[in-house]
Parts: sequence; structure tokens; C-alpha cells
Amino acid sequence: MIKKNWMYWLFFLALFLAPFYLTEFRLSLLGKFLCFAMIAIGISLIWGYTGILSLGHGVYFGLGAYCMAMYLKLEASGGRLPDFMEWSGVNKLPWFWKPFEQPVIAISSAIIVPVLLAMFLSYFTFRNRIKGVYFSLLSQAIVVVFVTLFIGKQEWTGGTNGLTNFSTVFGFSLSSPLTQIVLYLLTVVLLLSMFLFSRWLTRSRFGRVLVAIRDSENRVRFLGFNPTTYKVFVYSLSAAFAGIAGAMFVLQVGLISPAMMGIIPSIEMVLWVAVGGRSSLIGAIIGAIVTNGAKSFFSENYPDIWLLFLGGLFIAVVLFLPNGLAGVYQSVKQRKKQGEVRANEASSHVLQRVSRF
Amino acid sequence: MKPVLMCCSVSVDFDGFYALQGADLKVYPHEVRFLIGPNGAGKTTLLDVICGKTRASSGKVLFYSHDITDMPEHKIVQLGISRKFQSPSIFHQLTVWENMELALKQDRGLFAVLRAKMSEADRDMIITLLQRIELLDYADQKACSLSHGQKQWLEIGMQLIQFPQLLLLDEPIAGMSAAERERTGELIHEIARDCAVVIVEHDMDFVRRFSKQVTVMHEGKVLCEGTMEDIQQNEKVVEIYLGREEKAC
Amino acid sequence: MSVFVTQLFNGLSLGSIMLFIAIGLAITFGLMGVINMAHGELIMVGAYATYVVQQFFAQYAPQSMDYYYIIAIPVSFFVSALLGLGLEKSLIRHLYHRPLDSLLATWGVSLILQQMARTIFGAPNVAVLPPEWLDGGVRVAGMVFPYKRLFILAFVAVSIFVLYMYLNKTAAGRRIRAVTLNRDMAACLGISTQKVDAYAFAIGSGFAGLAGCALTLIGPIGPTIGTYYIVDAFMVVILGGVGKVIGTVLGAFGIGLIGTLTEYSTSATMAKVITFALIIVFLQWKPSGLVSMKTRSLD
Repeated sequence: MIKKNWMYWLFFLALFLAPFYLTEFRLSLLGKFLCFAMIAIGISLIWGYTGILSLGHGVYFGLGAYCMAMYLKLEASGGRLPDFMEWSGVNKLPWFWKPFEQPVIAISSAIIVPVLLAMFLSYFTFRNRIKGVYFSLLSQAIVVVFVTLFIGKQEWTGGTNGLTNFSTVFGFSLSSPLTQIVLYLLTVVLLLSMFLFSRWLTRSRFGRVLVAIRDSENRVRFLGFNPTTYKVFVYSLSAAFAGIAGAMFVLQVGLISPAMMGIIPSIEMVLWVAVGGRSSLIGAIIGAIVTNGAKSFFSENYPDIWLLFLGGLFIAVVLFLPNGLAGVYQSVKQRKKQGEVRANEASSHVLQRVSRF
Repeated sequence: MKPVLMCCSVSVDFDGFYALQGADLKVYPHEVRFLIGPNGAGKTTLLDVICGKTRASSGKVLFYSHDITDMPEHKIVQLGISRKFQSPSIFHQLTVWENMELALKQDRGLFAVLRAKMSEADRDMIITLLQRIELLDYADQKACSLSHGQKQWLEIGMQLIQFPQLLLLDEPIAGMSAAERERTGELIHEIARDCAVVIVEHDMDFVRRFSKQVTVMHEGKVLCEGTMEDIQQNEKVVEIYLGREEKAC
Repeated sequence: MSVFVTQLFNGLSLGSIMLFIAIGLAITFGLMGVINMAHGELIMVGAYATYVVQQFFAQYAPQSMDYYYIIAIPVSFFVSALLGLGLEKSLIRHLYHRPLDSLLATWGVSLILQQMARTIFGAPNVAVLPPEWLDGGVRVAGMVFPYKRLFILAFVAVSIFVLYMYLNKTAAGRRIRAVTLNRDMAACLGISTQKVDAYAFAIGSGFAGLAGCALTLIGPIGPTIGTYYIVDAFMVVILGGVGKVIGTVLGAFGIGLIGTLTEYSTSATMAKVITFALIIVFLQWKPSGLVSMKTRSLD
């Protein structure tokens, strides 16, 4: 088991040791990518394994991030009203901001709020057997709803600017390198646990039910399973991952705004998974890191062609790499194995082909 | 004897088109019941109504004493009614073994499945059944790589491992070779030792060879019931069904 | 009373715009099961085509500026239709029966088109001056009905009528409907489904171009105008149900009316939330949309 998966362990070890060999700037960048990788694991679970394409994960990510950010904002304001509320003429802290003074409530809502929304949306669509593209489009519509809501209710959410200017978390300065390293390591631990949990899920009987649902949902029904329960569960689980990712993101990046949860970021999340390989958990993680690495490289150096590249990537992955990088790796590995067999068979194949014409 | 299944004047309305117009059917324990009839007679629709895929617009379906008319599909299955579809509907991306594992009689609730472990008894059960449907050597292969006949058998195997009390088969021998047909026919009678079977079949030779009780359907209703000999004597049946088939030939 | 009539008119007007942006989508989605996320960008292309025609007139024929719009209508239709045809031939063709993949790939196309528009026309919005004969409005009992809005209503009505006649009264239209209803059967009857797909996609795209042309009348246009409308367009298609023009018409006016009425009684933000919630509620009752065809086949 350990021997077979030594590459996974090496990969996570490399992540754990990153503070030793990366600059502060690169480390914070990597921390951000690892948050995205958490979302990617969730999307791989629902899309790669269960066949549900969600274009709404930006919202779950955003809700998680806002929940954490509300706590940070209150801590930064030190008992006074948050600055943007004052500017919008609010003179009393709104009731739903109050509980976020408590860190426990803020952290648990970063998971619970996205999960509740995901349960609501998925239960009412899957129950009616609305699936495939219909679900994708509805989940995209929910993004539009939330983005307009968050921009429109400026006095409660900080509008387009979002929430920023945090100073401390639980009393530790967010700008200190040590805090950042601790947060980074926490991110790696969380990512590793999500990965292991998802791996356990997909390899258990539960995972087979998910693949069965992807293959033929109706058939699953006629084996006596209720696909709705399973789909709602796995969809909500992926929303929880996204929510946690959001909370960790805000802690490390220090900013969340509606633009980060909009239609484009949401669909980019799907692309990470598509690049890495939709039905490979480790592929999803690597896809998130590679795609975002490319993104920061391009937007640092050639901002204009980033969108062209991104667009081309979407098309190329769908047309030529339906199983992403993981698929490429698998087929290379298989080819190596079959190399000798192939060489022997090759001549007979050629003969067959010739005789067919 | 109490019937396993009772359909009382079941009607189905597809936007003005009546696929069933008051069909009645009683099936008793350990019975192998063949449903025959010309195309569009409502045979498949009747199976659909029983297993919950299609909702009856009126009428009632009783399974023992349970009213299953408006029950969701998965609950009907949990009660003990199992359905095999016309085209083999197995899970192509899972292996033969995993297909069987999902079909095992088990608690299909979410949390039960999360905790599920393969017990020694389950393992033996799957091995026995795979031997019976001659697929043990293929256990680790993905189901999509099986031949058509093997897929049909795998699906029958998946019905068997559920130990249903009522098994609904829709054209189980379609696309099978003569030898496979023969084997399937025997398999069906073996099954009937433990449960009642309802089969929709077009292949008259197969029906003649393996049927005891036959129900003839026509235009969404049950026309008559009896042994194959009785039915071949029945004038109405000859007129609408056998007669038409002969003319066509 | 006059408030009510005004709101009703606004609702119809919004509905007509919705219908325009969604109708092309309904054709391609219904026919091929392909989700064309680049539909919004085809709208943008139509809008920029109108802008180019206007610039052309301003440069070379300022005396006939009044009529540029008449020319812009066919130009925007054909530019978008040609682009759609190219898209179908090069990309969409490979993605039939893979709706989720088609969604991702066409999203890629939309990003590329957006970036190209930004490169050619610049990132800021550009304004298209509506022709003078559309300024002003009709006054009835103290209410003003702007000519522009009335024109769009009429424009949509005529386009839908032409589309309806085309689909129902011509041989080519019959072929499109045949493929929509049963692709395999149509192919067996000797219809070249590839050809039908190609020109149906072109027509759908052409309608996106017309929608873009109409949108120039109500506001400035920019590279991201498509993203702004695409989600609404899909909501119309989902609400209306797939496969029939009438469903899309009902869906569009339904969303238009709900949108304006809730916006009037609450705010623009809440209107979006409420409209979406109502769509979800509605789908609980009719999961396949307003107008749907019941079939015996599942999956």
C-alpha cells in the first residue's frame, strides 16, 4: 500500500516542507492554490465520480470566505462598527453580524452555511430528477443571485470591494510570517485529510454507488437505492470542502469580494478539475495547482493573453484530454507496461490493417 | 392462495394516449407468468407501472397487502420486486463483482452503505451466483467489456442476488444465442422455486417451451389467460395476434 | 392604474428582450442538446456588427445615417450566423451527446471571443446612437411608451413569426423539427442530420446576432455584454421547456413580467433573488418546464 502510493506521500511531504524552500511570497501563493485544491477535490467527487456538473461552487467558496471574513472584520474593528458600514450610514451592527464575534460560530458557519445552501438547492432539484445540464445551469443562476445580492447589499457586505483590511486572527497578527506559516501548514493538513477522506469514500461501497449513479441513475433506483439522498450528500460534502477552502483562503489572502465567487471563477474551478483529470482526486489537486500557477505566470507576464490561453485550454482539454493530466499519466504508464507486448503485436496489427483495405 | 401481485383496472395516460386501459392481473407465488401480445398492447407499460417507473393514472397495484401504486421506485425494490429491463442495464464502469456487490440484499440507506463491509457470507453468495451465471472468471472485468448475452446474464444475476419475491423480466432472451436461450429458460424455472416471475416475451417458441400460464394483452387490456394450448384455441387471440402474425409472415 | 399599465409594458418589453436572447439558444439546445455558452458572445458580435455599420455610415454616408439601422439588422444576423456556422463545423460537431463537455468547450470559445472584442474595440463600453426616428415615444393618458421599446417589441414579434413560419411551413424547417423530435428516425428517412445541425446552429446564432442588434438600442455595449445576459437566457429556456418555440415565448414573458413587477415592489437586487426562487419553486411543480413533451423513453 505504502510502496504503491509513495508518490502521493512524497507530494504531500513536499507540501509540508514548502516553508523551508519557498520565499514568503511564493509560499502565500501556494497556500492560496492549496485552498483551490480543496475545492477541486469536492468538484472531482461530484463531477468525476457522480456526474453532477456544478457551476455554482464559487458561491460555496464565497460563503465560507465571508463567514470567516466577518469574524476577522469585527476583530479588526475592535468593538466599533466595520468601516464600510459607517460609510454606508449604518449605525448599528446588523443582527446577523452579531454572532460572528464568536470565532467558534464564525468557523462553524463557514461550513454550515454553504452546506445548507447546497442541500437546499440540490434537494429541490434532484428530488424532481432535474439533472445534467439543467442542474448545471441552475447552479450557475444561483451564482448570479448571490453576486447581485452581495454587491447590492453594500451596507451589509461591503459591496463590490468585499471585506478586507483585517489585522489579527485570535490575537495573532495576520501579517507576521509565523502566523502565515502556521496557516499554511493548517491548510496542508486540511487538504490531506480531505484527500484521504475522499479516497476512502470513493474506494468504499459508497463510492461504487456514486459511479453507478453516474453510469445510470435510474438503474440505481431499480436496485433499491435512492439516488437523491446520495447526490444531495455528496454535493453538500463538496460544498463543505469549498466553504473550508474559502475560510482558509481569506485567512491567507486577506480579502474576499463578490468577483471571487462570480460566474467566471466558478467555472474556472471546474476547469482545474478537468485539467487534472476529473475522476482522479490527486489529479484534481494537481490540476488546481498547475492551472493557477499558469494563471499567475501569465497574468504577471502577459495579462492580455491569459483569457485567450484559458479559453484555448477549455477547448483543448475537452477535445483532446477528456481525462486530463491523470489520464495522460495513466496511458503513459500503461504504454510502458504494454510496450513489449505491443511491439510484438504491432506487426500483426499492421498486417490486419493492410488486409482490411 | 393469496396472490403476490394484484393489478386492479390499471390505466396509464400518456397525454391523451392510453397505453393501458384498465388492465387486471393476478400473479401467485412460485408462478412463471408470460405476458404476450402485439406491439403496443401495453405489456412493458404494465411492468413499468408495477415497478414504479410509470405512474398509473387510475387503478391500484397491490403487492401482498402493500399498496405500491404511488410508491417511489427504490421503496418498491426494497419491498422485494425486482425488474430487468429490455436492454441490459448494468453499470458499465463498474466491474462484474462491483455490480453484484451493489445488488446485494442490504440496507440501502446512505449511512448503512457508508459503513458497509463485505461479509464472508456476502462474498460466498456472490461467488455462488457468479458461478451459476458463468461469470466468475470475469469478476474483475469492467461490465462494458462483456458480450451482450453475458450482460443479460449479469443483470439476471443482479436480480437473483436481491432474492426478490417478484421478478419482472422484459424480453430476457433478446439477442441471445440458442444455447444461451435454453440456459436462460432453465434458469428462470430455477428462480421460480423461490419467487414469482412475470416475463414479457415476443419469442413464441420460447414461450411455448417454457410457459405454464400465459396472459394475452391487447390494446391496454388483458384479453385472456390460460395455458399456451388454451390460448392458441381462443378465437379472439388467433384473430388479433397469432392470425395477424401469420398474415405478416 | 397607469402604474400598473406602465409596469405591464415594461414587463413585456423586458420579456421581448429575454425572448430575443433565448430563442436562438432554444433552437440549438432543443435540437442538438448542446449547451452553447458562447451564445452570449454571439449576441455581443451582433451588437458590435451594428456598431461597425453605424461607424461606417458616419464615415462614408453621414447623410443617410437615419437608415443605418435597417442595414445593421441583416448584417448582424449574417455575421453571427457565419460565426456560428464556423463554430459548429469546427467544434460543436465533435461534442454532440456530451452536453456537459459542450458547455465547457463553448465557455472557452466565449472567453476567446471576449478577449478578441477587447483587443479590437477596447475594454470600455461603446455607445451606438439609435437612429433619430426612434427618439421620443407615444403618449397615452399621461403614460409614455418609448418608440425604442415599441420597436423592439415589434422587431421580436416579426422575427418570431418568421421563425415560426420557417419551422412550420418550409421543407427546411420541417427537417429541423424532424431532427429535434427523433434524430435517428430522421436520419433513417434520408435527412442529412449533419447539414440540419449546421444550418440550425447558424440560424440560432443569427438570432443571437439580431438580439445583439436590438440591445444596442437600450444601452451601451461592451465585451462582457454576453455574460450579462447568458444566465437569464438559459433560465428562460429551462422555464419554457425544451423543444417548442411557444414554451420559450411563455418563459421569456413570464420572467420579464415577474422581474419587472418584483423590481417595482422591492429592488433590482431582490427582484433577481425572487425571480430565481420562483423558478425553483415552479420546477418543483413542473420539472420539465412550461411546455414539454411526455415521452415513454427514459434517458
